[in-house]
Amino acid sequence: MAYIFQQALNALQLGSIYALIALGYTMVYGILTMINFAHGDLFMVGAFFCFLIAVYLKLSFVPTLLLSMLGVACLGVVIERFAYKPLRNAPRVSAIITALGVGLFLENFTLALSPYPKHIPPLLGNITWTIGSLSVSSLQIIVIVLSLCLMLILDFIVQHTKAGMAMRAISWDKTIVPLMGVSVNRIISLTFAIGTGLGGAAGVMYGLAYPVIDPYMGIMVGWKAFICAVVGGIGNVRGAMIGGFILGAVEIMVAAFFPSTYRDFVAFTLLLILLIVRPYGILGKPQPQKV
Amino acid sequence: MSSIKTIYHNLLAKWHTLTGHKLFWPVFMAAGLAFCIAVDTFDFVDLYLQLILIYVGINIILTVSLNLINGYMGEFSVGHAGFMAVGAYVASLLTVHVCPAGAQNLFFPLAILTGGIVAALVGFLVAIPSFKTRGDYLAIVTLAFCMIVKSVLENIDAVGGPRGLLGMEKLTTLPWVFFWTALSVWVIRNLVYSNFGRGVLSIREDEIASDLMSVNTRQVKIIAFIVSSFFAGIAGGLFAHALQFINPRMFDILKSTDILIMVYLGGIGSISGSIIGAVIYTILLEVLRPIGIWRMVLMPLMLVLLMIYRPRGIMGMKEARMFTPLRDLVTEKLWRQKKKEATDATP
Amino acid sequence: MPLLEISKVTHRFEGLCAVSDFNLVLKPHELIGIIGPNGAGKTTVFNLITGVYRATEGSIKLQGKDLVGMTPYQITRLGIARTFQNIRLFKELSVLDNVRIAHYGQIAYSPAEALLHIGRFRSEEKRITNQALDLLAIFKLDESANEKAKNLPYGLQRRLEIARALATEPTLLLLDEPAAGMNPNEIMQLMDFIRWIRKTFSVTIILIEHQMRLVMGICERLVVLDFGATIAQGLPAVIQENPKVMEAYLGQEVAS
Repeated sequence: MAYIFQQALNALQLGSIYALIALGYTMVYGILTMINFAHGDLFMVGAFFCFLIAVYLKLSFVPTLLLSMLGVACLGVVIERFAYKPLRNAPRVSAIITALGVGLFLENFTLALSPYPKHIPPLLGNITWTIGSLSVSSLQIIVIVLSLCLMLILDFIVQHTKAGMAMRAISWDKTIVPLMGVSVNRIISLTFAIGTGLGGAAGVMYGLAYPVIDPYMGIMVGWKAFICAVVGGIGNVRGAMIGGFILGAVEIMVAAFFPSTYRDFVAFTLLLILLIVRPYGILGKPQPQKV
Repeated sequence: MSSIKTIYHNLLAKWHTLTGHKLFWPVFMAAGLAFCIAVDTFDFVDLYLQLILIYVGINIILTVSLNLINGYMGEFSVGHAGFMAVGAYVASLLTVHVCPAGAQNLFFPLAILTGGIVAALVGFLVAIPSFKTRGDYLAIVTLAFCMIVKSVLENIDAVGGPRGLLGMEKLTTLPWVFFWTALSVWVIRNLVYSNFGRGVLSIREDEIASDLMSVNTRQVKIIAFIVSSFFAGIAGGLFAHALQFINPRMFDILKSTDILIMVYLGGIGSISGSIIGAVIYTILLEVLRPIGIWRMVLMPLMLVLLMIYRPRGIMGMKEARMFTPLRDLVTEKLWRQKKKEATDATP
Repeated sequence: MPLLEISKVTHRFEGLCAVSDFNLVLKPHELIGIIGPNGAGKTTVFNLITGVYRATEGSIKLQGKDLVGMTPYQITRLGIARTFQNIRLFKELSVLDNVRIAHYGQIAYSPAEALLHIGRFRSEEKRITNQALDLLAIFKLDESANEKAKNLPYGLQRRLEIARALATEPTLLLLDEPAAGMNPNEIMQLMDFIRWIRKTFSVTIILIEHQMRLVMGICERLVVLDFGATIAQGLPAVIQENPKVMEAYLGQEVAS
């Protein structure tokens, strides 16, 4: 029983990180119908910001988190402004390739500056409580609670604020919204800032949970988070959260019952089956064919 | 200024007459093959340069075959490295474990071919989900496929698991690469300029309309995926026997990204574009080798700039005339003639 | 034997009834119209006939063969072709290729022959190309055969769509708002054009149209849809006087 609970906790921790990253994919997709393949690398940049701030500015956890999020958000907005905006009317696939290019650029640029893996110093005193055979670390709790808070805030922004309404409106119909007096560019920038900021936060938390970071860490995590977004129904904010937790749970379960090398194989096969059964994701609705 | 233009047009016209000649391709192919055999037997070209030429050839095969799916059919497949892995492992296992000693050279083409066929069978499996899903969801299916292949290879000890497979002899020679490259370009061009190729294009333009215009879209998708994955498998086999060492990590998503970049750099829906993209990308990477890791920073930057200023890539949906079949040009002539007759008839 | 026999066809989208209890019997060489206000389910009827949607209930028979459950391309090969309300040409492809694609089902060479350009490939391609060029010539589109379809002016695009549909060699042609965006003068020409198509290609035609002038001018029979239900069926002159139809079009007060 305790074992199951332990694994559930691990699944929640991993899942919440996936969910945070998946949110970035899904938000950008919802508004631009574009897959921002650089998002996983922005997550990596978040972890590196965290490292820089923690080591050179020696700040404590909360300012480190906020500064890293801010830094990544700014980077996200800049990337959108200079790399994606010129392509808004180009074929969709050119924007995707540009995103792949930006991602490679971020990876290799970071690699060129920092050829060796870095170790993030522990920013939080880690206490482990042991209840029977169950051990819960304060770090785990913080990661889970913080991610949930961020997701709730995001859900609130999207569902209940004016900017959120504009975002949903743009994802519904891009041509009509400017006629309603909404500045599309500003909303897109805001979306990028929030989405990539969440990715940055995920980077920080990932760095705290698994402290060795390297420039290529964003690739696999990024693609997996993208899968989460699709499984949940891409463009759907709540779907991305669900997708993240599902993938986290699947990976932990597989690792618990099989040799750990089978993790990716089983996880991806399950996702493939899920996609074949529900081709539009869990919360996604099939677009009715217009003829 | 205008004189430069006329010179350019004259040259272009001369080039078109040259490449449009019935004997151009046979002569070109024979000369190319002869050159490659000469290089292989007399070794008058630097070995390093030979290796680069081999990589150029392999990359052309990969790019042209991926262009069939991503460019001509308009899907977004990111699983090409997976097919390559299948071909590479099958061919390597055959040459290492099955092939009788001493008969390597004779056995090699068969091994490569088998690798391609197995990859094509796997391609058939991937084509099935493409019946119902499109766009981003199909991208995920191919992505998951690529990762599953890698994961499976890592978990089979018989093929070396994560350590990979060694022991292949260096059987990939320049003449073989030339042969397979020419074959893949020729076959894919033939497919594109056929009924089925038009079906592939119509799926890209409007799948529902194409279905309603009597195109059997499932059949077309199966053909496209089988042909594309077949050649990816061939390229994988050649790659394995050029490097003499493979491991599952070589065929991960980064490899797919590489191929994607070559496709979109050269331009979608264009065979000449794919060749140009593969050549430029491979050679640039080698030329920039002295600047070390910074070349990997520079290359994506150039890609981003290219996409911004030329979103469709270098050739983008245009085809160099030398790659359109003579018959298509004849059609054009026929049509001109008809048009002329029509205008003559009406006073 | 009737050419097309639709009986009791119903189609629902998530509980919403797009078409309910639709019946139609079509004799060869008839020219009938389907009219009705926006959202009445007219295009849905076309989608049901051509297999884009699968009818929830009922049967659709072409010359006695049940079409329900067949894929669109199979139905097209049996002889039903259509055009679209908002033009759906293969925009980036040449005019010639647009028509050649519609010949897809008539080509006799195998994929292997296509890959190697051997065997029947050469003769078949020649035959298809000539056939397509002839068709284009009939429609006076051959001059732009090598032009991209998206570069044609609007009127020619509409014409190309009809030519493309006819290239599939149909016995039944479905035209979805062929007069959209045309002025009265062009509509008069279109009426002659549709009559001429029916005679030249000996096809049966169903058309969806809002332009009453066109519908009343050429249709031999009309079906009126409103909210998915058939509210009237009959001769144009009779339909014109039908109070139910007036109500559907103009609202209750005006009609009464």
